[in-house]
Order: sequence, then C-alpha cells, then structure tokens
Amino acid sequence: MEKECNEGRNARWREELRNALPAKERTAIPRVQMPTLSPEIRVTCNDEVNQGLTPAQAVLEATRCLDCPAPGCVEGCPVGIAIPDFIKNIQRGDNREAARILKMSSALPAVCGRVCPQEKQCESKCIYHKMKKEPVAIGYLERFAADAEIAAGGVSIPDAHKNGIRVAVAGSGPAGLSFAGEMARRGFDVDVFEALHEVGGVLKYGIPEFRLPNNVVDAELDSLRKSGVKFHTDTVIGRTLSYDDLLNAGFKGIFVASGAGLPRFMNIPGENYIGVLSSNEYLTRINLMGAGSPGHDTPAPLGKRIAVIGGGNTAMDSARTARRMGAEKVMIIYRRGESEMPARVEEVHHAKEEGVEFITLASPVEYVADEHGRVRAVRVQRMELGEPDASGRRSPVPVPGAVDEIEIDLAIVSVGVSPNPLIPSSIDGLDVSNRGTIVVDEDMMSSIPVVFAGGDIVRGGATVILAMGDGRRAAASMAEKLLQDATC
Amino acid sequence: MYRIKEKSRFSENVIKLVVEAPEVARARKPGHFVIVRCGEGGERIPLTIADADVKAGTITLVVQAVGVSTRKICALEAGDSFTDLVGPLGRATAIGKRDGKVVCCGGGVGVAPLLPIIKAMKEAGNYVVSVLAARNKDLIILEDEVRRYSDELIIMTDDGSAGRKGLVTAGVEEVIKEGDVAEVVAIGPAIMMKFVSLLTKKYEVPTICSLNTIMVDGTGMCGACRVNVGGKMRFVCVDGPEFDAHKVDFDEMIMRMRAYDPVK
Repeated sequence: MEKECNEGRNARWREELRNALPAKERTAIPRVQMPTLSPEIRVTCNDEVNQGLTPAQAVLEATRCLDCPAPGCVEGCPVGIAIPDFIKNIQRGDNREAARILKMSSALPAVCGRVCPQEKQCESKCIYHKMKKEPVAIGYLERFAADAEIAAGGVSIPDAHKNGIRVAVAGSGPAGLSFAGEMARRGFDVDVFEALHEVGGVLKYGIPEFRLPNNVVDAELDSLRKSGVKFHTDTVIGRTLSYDDLLNAGFKGIFVASGAGLPRFMNIPGENYIGVLSSNEYLTRINLMGAGSPGHDTPAPLGKRIAVIGGGNTAMDSARTARRMGAEKVMIIYRRGESEMPARVEEVHHAKEEGVEFITLASPVEYVADEHGRVRAVRVQRMELGEPDASGRRSPVPVPGAVDEIEIDLAIVSVGVSPNPLIPSSIDGLDVSNRGTIVVDEDMMSSIPVVFAGGDIVRGGATVILAMGDGRRAAASMAEKLLQDATC
Repeated sequence: MYRIKEKSRFSENVIKLVVEAPEVARARKPGHFVIVRCGEGGERIPLTIADADVKAGTITLVVQAVGVSTRKICALEAGDSFTDLVGPLGRATAIGKRDGKVVCCGGGVGVAPLLPIIKAMKEAGNYVVSVLAARNKDLIILEDEVRRYSDELIIMTDDGSAGRKGLVTAGVEEVIKEGDVAEVVAIGPAIMMKFVSLLTKKYEVPTICSLNTIMVDGTGMCGACRVNVGGKMRFVCVDGPEFDAHKVDFDEMIMRMRAYDPVK
C-alpha cells in the first residue's frame, strides 16, 4: 500500500503539479469558504445548509495541498484514505479518479465528507497548522469528489467475481453498509436485514436532511444495490429471524451492526414528565416518520421554548431541527464549556447562526411540570470548570447554591445512548460486556466464530467513520476466514 | 407481503384481522407484539399478537379504533395489505406450571393478547380462571375461545348486560378469596391494570401486566415507552411489555400516555 502511494506521488503529473506553483504562493491562498444557505432561509426549510464547493473552488483548494511526502492527514483518518492522492486528482480535474481513490478506503464518501469530524481527524494533522494557517479543507474536497461522481451518474461499481458464499448483515447503518459494500466487492452474496421500514440506520432516522440529504444516502444505497447487495426491511435479527434461521438459510457469516439503542437519561426528578424526550425520539419522529409534515400521521413534539440537553452532534441536530419546526427559543444546555463540546465545530457554528442559544456550564437537576404533567421549566445547576478528568477535559463542578429555573415547554435529552439490547440478548453464547456491547477481538470477531460485529453495538456510541472503519475491518477478516474455510 | 386474509368485526370499533406474516407467525410466542404501518406516511403502531397459525403463515391482530392510525387500520379490508409489519417484538410471557391457580383477567381488547397466555398457561398444566370484563355485552370479545382454554370463566360488565354486573376487580377478588391463587395476569386499559394491581397487592398475589405505552420504533431506540418499574427506568419495547404489576408506576404511565393528546 505504502509503495503504491509513493509511486502515486512520484507520478510525473503529480511532480508537475507540485512544481507548477511555488509552495509559498500555494500557502498564501486562503482556505475556501463553504457556500451556505443564509441562516434566515434555512430555518424555514430542510434544505442542505452546506451547498458544496464549485469546481473552481475545489481546484483552488486542492492546489493549497502541498502533497506532503509523509502526509499527516492520512494518519489522522480512521480509515486511512489516501488523501493527497484524491486531492491532487481533483486539482488536475480527474474527479472520477478522485472518487475511485476515496472508495478504496471508504464505502460512503459523500456521507463522510459531510458528517466526519474532520477538524479532529485528517485536518488536525495538516501541515498548514505548523505554519499557523488553516488546514486544507479535506472534508469539503471529499464531499466534492463524491458528489461529482454521483452527479455524473456513473458510480463506479467495483468488479467482483461471485464466490457463491452468503453473508448476512444485521443493521443498515454506516457499519452495516460499509461491511456490505466491502463483501460485495469481494464477491460475496450479501443480504442486509433492517429492523425499521427504511434502510440507512442513523443516516436516515438520526442525521437531519439539512446536514445529510436523503438523496445522498439513497445514491450510496443504489450503488450498493447495483453491486448485488440485497436489503430486507422490517426484519429484526434475533426476533423475526433467529441466528439459527440464518445458518439454516445458508449464511456462512453474520455481521452484527445493530447500532446504538436505548437513549440515556440523567436520572433526575421529573424526567418522565410529558414534553421531556430523548433526542432519538425527537429526531426519529421528524426525520424517519415525517412528523409535522403534511401526509404523515406521527405526531410531532412541538414547543416554543425548547431546551436541548447535551453538547454533541445529536444535540446540535436536535436544536437546529427544533428551530426549523418553529420553536422561538432553542437553548443548548451543556455542563462543560463550549470548547469542551464534542460536537463538530461547524455544527456549533451553524447552530449559533440559526439563533440557537448556548447555555454552558449548566446541568439540569430537575424538571418542573404543570398540573397535567407537562414540563414547564428546567432547573439547572451552574457549574465551573475544575481539574481535567479521565477524558482530558476539565471536569465541571457545581457552584454551590447557583440553581436557576429556565422556563421551557419541551426538553430534548441528548446525553448519549446505550447499545441496542435486541441482538446481544437473543444469541446464546455471544459474549457481551457489562455495558451491553458485543465483545470482539481485533478482527471484529465475536465469541462465536461466524459472528462478527462493529459500530456502536461494539463501541457504545461513536462516529459514522469509526463504524464504517469497523465494517471494513470486519469484512477483510471475515472474507479471509470464509475463503479459507471454503478451500479447506 | 402482510396481506390481510380475513377481517371480522367484534363491535363497531373493534375488528379482528388475520394477516399473512409467515416469519412472525413462526417466531412469535405469547406476550409478543408487532409494529404495523398503514400507508407511506403512516405511524408505527404496536399491536399485541392475539394468535398465530404457523402452517397458514398468519397472525391474528385485534384492533380498536381510537385514533387516526387505528381508524386507518380498522378501515382495511381483506385483500388489503399493511405497508409494514415487523416483529415479534418484546419479551415473551414466562409460561410455566404455577403452584396454584392462574387468574387471567382481560379488559376490552386486552382479551386478545391475553388469549395466547390463557392457552399456554393451560397447556403448561395450570388451573386457569379467566375473568373477562367490558362496559357491556357487545364489547366482550373472544368469549368462546377463552372458555375453551379456561377451567372457569367469569364475565363482568359495567351494566350487567352479560355475566355479572361490576368491575373486573370484583371478579378477581372473588377468585382470590376462594384461595390457592398463585398468579394473576392482567391485560387491558391502564386504569384497569392499575386497580387489579392494587387489589392483588393487598392479597400479596404476584401479578403480571402487559403495558401498552406510546412507542415509535419499538426496537429499543426512542425511549418513548419508558416506564417507572420499582423506581427504575424500563423500556416497554425491549424490557417488557410484561412487568411485575406491583412495581409499575401506573399513574405516571397513564399521564405519559396522554403526551400527544391535544392540549386543552
């Protein structure tokens, strides 16, 4: 792999690109600004906020990349995308090749270009930081190349010689899709089973349209279908079809990617009042069920003054959705400071532009309801930052006596999730941790040799890209094992 | 898929559907439920499975029209199909030989999910006393089927138009007083389960109830169905739907079931 990359970098056209413009001039180019819908317009609709780079913007941004001999960005990428290789192809105008390079490491580049926390991964390792300049906009470029390929219509389907071996996937979120793509590419017959009525997992029920449009997800699903992956909705592995049913149906390997499940709550008084709900419920009602839009029967939780508890991406998604659902005042309530927030910087920025208020260093201690049990206020304990905790972030400590009551009519609790309990509880002999995650080895193999697992069901609650990385790794090791078994 | 093979009507607002769902029919056990969706913009509605025929590949659902979605379901005819149907969900009833009588009491359409439990409890060798309750004679459902699998059957109606006049609790209390009751299973409206639970708590008779809270996905994701059981937060869709009735906070549950009622 290393050698191939070096050869790539040593290609004549790459050298010419590097020599075409002195590094000094390239580094003088300012980082591209993503064209966005104006905040006033976007809170009135669900259209995607980031409009994507124009070809000219993309080429100029790609020119900024210095094509480092030992690129830090690749190390920063959880799936090791050959970043300079794809960027330089954008620079020379070969978007198709750029997309092909992305697909070698990532099954869903159009998704990752939109939802990865690049500032903590690839872009955090960019050489530009050493020059005290803004890093190359790798995420924007990834999205550009992937979108260009989708727009061109000819999504590259890797050729595969069918080997006739059947594998099953439980869950059609990022981990499951990435695994499915990798196995199809290797010639396996892949069947993906989804519990919900729609394929895509968190990409559909969780991440809102304005951040990740469904047609982007659908395009990725289409390319998987074209490569032979079969999808089955309304099927819960462990319930509708048991582990034995799958074995009897001829599946030789099973990849469990059932994702995050039960929402966490804070165990504070009043949390079961009407109007206090999980971000999972809020986003599922609106994104998956279409609550609040014409022709959809699922009721929407509406409020004028909404508190969103938490500082992650899901909290930002909920807050920004609430603005679009007509809430007048939306407050993020987070117990640490803003710089400790786990959300992507861009989401925080967009949320603020859209009028979401940030109440940091505050933690709910109780909800207060009216006589019908409907929440009418949240009492928050003010915090200050103390010593760094195990995560390296300064941990919040309560300020004695500083408790305020904030009037609200809806609270969306977004403080994390626990793994989905359905599959771990329904396969005998499956080793499950006391946190409810499936225990796997470094090859993503569980305690049952034909069962592999990845994504949030293994990690507890992580990112799309890490889930996809798990899917890839599981596919590589399961494929090797099954092909070995087949030749024995 | 999920085609309706037969439709029949118990009363104006209560219907029975026999639906093609071979995988669910094969996998389901007493206590399980399914989630159905009717139409592309349809809600996900949880319904407890009343019966199944593995050979025919069908399950039986009993539906009462109470809201937008249940009215849509009740308007379906034989030959129509559900847009989606998924299951079996939830944990199955713990069936087994009890050390004494098993009292199965059902209110309204709660009798439908109770029937497979009555059957299974009988087959497990128990002496089963069933107590069916409804507002009036017309709302008593599945009487013959329940009678077939019960050693005794008591019918209670609010107006005395069938069986005896009175609430379900009167029937249950009478059986308990006769003695030797090992367990009560109560399925019906939340308010009915609450009062059965209060009664059996007094007599210290272990009691199981099956909760019908609001759900969205039904697979352990949204948390809408959370209930307070013995001071702990539990999720009806994956931890239930059956719980120790004496530990359920029915008042909170009843309050939460009104979450999407129009604000007055």
